[in-house]
Amino acid sequence: METIESIRPLLALSISFIAAFLILAFNKKPNLRDATSFVAAIIKFSIVASMAPLILSGNTIEYTLFHTLPGVDFKFRVDALGMIFATIASFLWIFASVYSVGYMRSSKEHAQTRFFASFSVSIFAAVGGAFAANLFTLIVFYEVLSLVTYPLVYHKETPESWEGSKKYVVYLVGTSKTFLLAAVALTYYIVGNLEFSSKGMLANASASPVLLTIVYVCFMIGFSKAAIMPFHAWLPAAMVAPTPVSALLHAVAVVKMGVFSVLRVIFYVFGTDLMSRLNLGITTAYVVSFTIIMASVYALTQDNLKRRLAYSTVSQLSYVILGAVLLTPSSMVGGIVHIANHAFSKITLFFCAGSIYCAAHKTEVSQLSGIGRKLPWTMTAFFIASLSMIGVPPAAGFISKWYLAMGAIEAREIPILIVLLASTLLNAAYFLPITYKAFFEKPDDTHSGGGHHEEIREIPMVAVPLVLTAIISIIIGIYPDYFLSLAKEIIR
Amino acid sequence: MIEAVHNSMGIPILSLVTFLPLSGAVILFFIRNNRLVRWIALLVTVADFFVSIPILLNFDRTTYHMQFVEHYEWIPSWNITYFMGIDGISVLFVFLTALLGWICVLASWKAIEQKVKEFMMALLVMQTAMIGVFCALDFFLFYLFWEAMLIPMYLIIGVWGGKNRIYAAFKFFLYTLAGSIFMLVGILVLYFAGGETFDIISLMNQKFPSVLQIWVFLAFFIAFAIKVPMFPFHTWLPDAHVEAPTAGSIILAGVLLKMGTYGMLRFPMSMFPEGAAYFTTPVIILSIIGIIYGGFLALAQTDIKKLIAYSSISHMGFVTLGLFVYNTQGIEGGILQMLNHGITTGALFLCIGVIYERTHTRELAAYGGLAKAVPVYTTFLAIFVLSSLAIPGTNSFIGEFLIITGAFGYSTLFAGLSIIGAMLGAVYLLGMYKKVALGEVTHHHIKEAWDIDAREIVAMAALTVFVFWIGLNSMPFLDMMHVSVRHLLEQLNSVNGPIVAIKG
Repeated sequence: METIESIRPLLALSISFIAAFLILAFNKKPNLRDATSFVAAIIKFSIVASMAPLILSGNTIEYTLFHTLPGVDFKFRVDALGMIFATIASFLWIFASVYSVGYMRSSKEHAQTRFFASFSVSIFAAVGGAFAANLFTLIVFYEVLSLVTYPLVYHKETPESWEGSKKYVVYLVGTSKTFLLAAVALTYYIVGNLEFSSKGMLANASASPVLLTIVYVCFMIGFSKAAIMPFHAWLPAAMVAPTPVSALLHAVAVVKMGVFSVLRVIFYVFGTDLMSRLNLGITTAYVVSFTIIMASVYALTQDNLKRRLAYSTVSQLSYVILGAVLLTPSSMVGGIVHIANHAFSKITLFFCAGSIYCAAHKTEVSQLSGIGRKLPWTMTAFFIASLSMIGVPPAAGFISKWYLAMGAIEAREIPILIVLLASTLLNAAYFLPITYKAFFEKPDDTHSGGGHHEEIREIPMVAVPLVLTAIISIIIGIYPDYFLSLAKEIIR
Repeated sequence: MIEAVHNSMGIPILSLVTFLPLSGAVILFFIRNNRLVRWIALLVTVADFFVSIPILLNFDRTTYHMQFVEHYEWIPSWNITYFMGIDGISVLFVFLTALLGWICVLASWKAIEQKVKEFMMALLVMQTAMIGVFCALDFFLFYLFWEAMLIPMYLIIGVWGGKNRIYAAFKFFLYTLAGSIFMLVGILVLYFAGGETFDIISLMNQKFPSVLQIWVFLAFFIAFAIKVPMFPFHTWLPDAHVEAPTAGSIILAGVLLKMGTYGMLRFPMSMFPEGAAYFTTPVIILSIIGIIYGGFLALAQTDIKKLIAYSSISHMGFVTLGLFVYNTQGIEGGILQMLNHGITTGALFLCIGVIYERTHTRELAAYGGLAKAVPVYTTFLAIFVLSSLAIPGTNSFIGEFLIITGAFGYSTLFAGLSIIGAMLGAVYLLGMYKKVALGEVTHHHIKEAWDIDAREIVAMAALTVFVFWIGLNSMPFLDMMHVSVRHLLEQLNSVNGPIVAIKG
C-alpha cells in the first residue's frame, strides 16, 4: 500500500506517440511502417504489464509532469481501474496491429500512413486516459482521442463516411464542449482541485444536492463516449470506418474510455456514499437498463453486420455502468470486469466482420448464408465470441453476467434482474441466427450474380488475430483471476 | 498601497524594450535596399524580443508593486513625468507584444512588396507605441503612446490593405478616436480631482467620491470597450481585420484588442471600484451577448478572415466576462485568455495570410483538401484551430476554463450561457477546418500551392510552443500575475464586500 514515483506510465503511453512520428517518417516504406506499429505495440504492452504486479499488490504509481493550475497538475497515476483499461487497450493493440496490416493491404485501402499514424496516437490517448490522475489530465486525453479518431472515421472519404464522421464529431466534441466543460468547471469551483480521490472528491463538499445532481448529469452527458441513450447515435455512425478501427477503437479504446471515465466519476468524483445519498445510483441504473434493452432491440433490426455489432456495444457498455451504479460489491466487480470481457469478445466479432468483408466482400447479415464452410476459422471464432456476449460459460461474458446478476439480487432490484435476463435472450436472438445462417443454410448464389465465382478464402494475417482473441476470451472465462483481483482492488 | 519599487536591473530596461523598435525605424529611414530593410527590421524586432526575456526572468512574482521603474522629471509646470513601470498585470503583455513583433515582420516578408521601407517603419513605430502603452505609469505619457498607435495602424490598413482599405481605415480611425476623446475627458477630470497630477500610481491610491467614480468609470469604460471591442461597439473590427494586411491583423488581434481589456483592469477597475461595482451586471450581460452574438456571426461567414475576426468578438467577450466576475479564477483567467487570444488568433491570421499568398482567395468555398496539398501547413492550422476552440491541452482551454469556473462563482445562469459561446466556437471552427483542409483537392489554385518554407515554419512553431506550454504548464504564467490580481481583488472587495467566496 504505497505510492511509487516512476516514469513508467509516461513511457508506456509515449511509445505509441513516438511510433506515430516514425510511421509518418516511413511513409514510403510500407513494411517498415507496419512493423513499427507491431513493435511499438509489444513494447507498450510490456511496459504496462511490468507495472501490473505492483498494482496487484495494492500500490499505485505516480508521475507528475507539469503544474497546470492551483490544485491541478498534468499528472499520471496508475491504479487498479486504470490498469484494467490500459491492459486491454495495449494488449489488444498487438492483435489489431497485425490485423490492420492484413485488412488494409488485402482491401487495398488508400492513405494507409495516415491510418496507422492516427491509430497509434489513439492508443496513446487511450492509455493516457487510463493513467490520468485527475479530471484535467483525463479530459485532455479524452479530447485527443475524439479528435484523432476523426480521420479514421472519415477514412474512406465517401459522402457516406463524411456524413458519419460529422455525426461522430458533433456528438463527441459537442457534448464535451458543453456538458463536460460545465461539469469540470463546477467541480473545480466546488472543490478547488481536480484530483481523483478514492473517497470521492465531492464527498465532503458543501454544495447543495441539486447542484451536485446537475454536476452528475452534466458528467453523464458530457462523457458521451459511454453511449448512454439518447447520446449513442455517434457509435453506429462511426461504423463507416474501416473495420480495424471499429474493432479496436469503437469496441475497445474509445467506448471504454467513455465507460472508464464514467466509472471514474462514479467512484472517484462522487464516491459510492454520495451516490447512494443523492439516490443517483438507482436512477442511473434504470436509465442504463432502458439503454440495454432498447439497444438490443435496435440490434435485432439491423441487417448490416457492423451496425448490429455497434448496437450490441451500446447495450453492453451500459452493463458496465449498470454494475457500477447498483453500488453493491458483486455488481461493481461485475461491471468492472465486463470492461475486459466485453473487449476481448467484441473485438473478435468485429475482426470477424472485417474478415468476411475482406475475403467475401459481404457486409449484410442476410448475405452470410453458407459462409461458414468457406471461412470456418472466422465463423467459429464468431460463434465463440457470441457465446461470450450472451454469457454462456465457460466464455468470459459469463463471469460478468454472473456477478451482475448477484449484484442485482444483493441490491434487491428484481426489475434489474429481469432486465439482465431479457437482454440475455435478446443477445441470443440477434447473435445466434448469424452463426446458424453461416453454417447451416445453403449458399445463396443469386446475390453474387452468374459467372462470378471468386474463391473465398481465409486471409492469414486477418484470421490469426481473430482466432487468438477468441481463444483468449475463453481463457479469461476459465482463469478470470487477473481482472477479478484488479476489480476487487478497486472496490476495496 | 501600490508603490513604485526601484529598478533592480540597473539598466533602464523598459525604455530599452520600448524604444528599441523606434530607433530601428529611424535607421530604416536612411536605407533604400528592400532586402536590407527587411533584415534590419527582423534584427531589431528579434533583439527587442530578447530584451523582453530578462524582464520575465527578473520579474519579482512576490509583490504587486511596480517594478523596473524609471521616473524622471519631464514637464514640471504641469506635473508631467516620464514614468515607466510594470506589474503582474502588464508584464505578460510586454512579452506578448515583443513576441508578435518579429512574427509580424516574418509574416510581411513576401506579402509586402510595395513601399517596404515605409511598411516596416510603421510596424516598428507601432511596436514602440504598444509596448509604451503597457509600461506607462503617467497618464500624459500613456495617452501619448495610445494616440501614437493610431497613425501607423491607420497607415498599415489604409496603404497596404485590401480593396476596401480606405473605408476600413477611416472607420477604425473614427471609432478609436471617439473612444480616445472619452478617455481624454476622463483623464482631465482625474487630473483636477486628484490634485493636479498625471501620476497613475498616486491616482490609484486615492479614493474618489462615488458619483465621480461612476461617471469617470463610464468614460474610461466606453473608451476601452470600443477597443476590445465589446458588443455593441464591435462593428469596426471585421472591416479593419479583413482589409488589413496579415501583419496588421496580427497586431490588431494580438495586441490592440488587449489594450482595451488591459486598460479596463488598469484604470477603471483599479481606480474606481465603486464605479466598477455599479456597472458589473450590465458589463457582464454585454459580455455574454458578445460571446453568443459573435459566435453566431462567425458561424454565418463565408470569408475565412471575417470568420476569425468575428470569433475574436466572442473570445474577447469571455475575457471581459472573466474580469468582471471579481474572483481569482475569473480575473486570472481573463488575463491569461488575453495572452492566449493574442497567440492563437495572431497565429490564425498568420495562417490565413500564408495561404492567401498562395491562393489569392479567402472564400471558404474556394478551398478544400489542403491537408493533401500542403500537409505541414495544415498541421499547424489544425493546432491553432484546436487551440482557438479551447480543446483541453491547449492554452485557450486554461483561460476559458478559469473564466467559466469564475463565472460559476458569480452566477450559474451567466456561466451556463457563456458555455453556449464555447460550443458555437467548436461548431464554426471545426466547420471551417473541415471545409478548408479535408476532402479532395478540387481547385486548381490549391493544387499549385506550395507548402510552407523555413521562415513560415519558424514563426508558426514559435507560437505552437506557447499553445502547448500554456496549455499544459500554465502555473509559471499564472504565478506572474497572482499577487497583483489578489491585490486588485482586495481593493475591489474592500469597497463592495466580498461578492463571492474565493476558493483555490
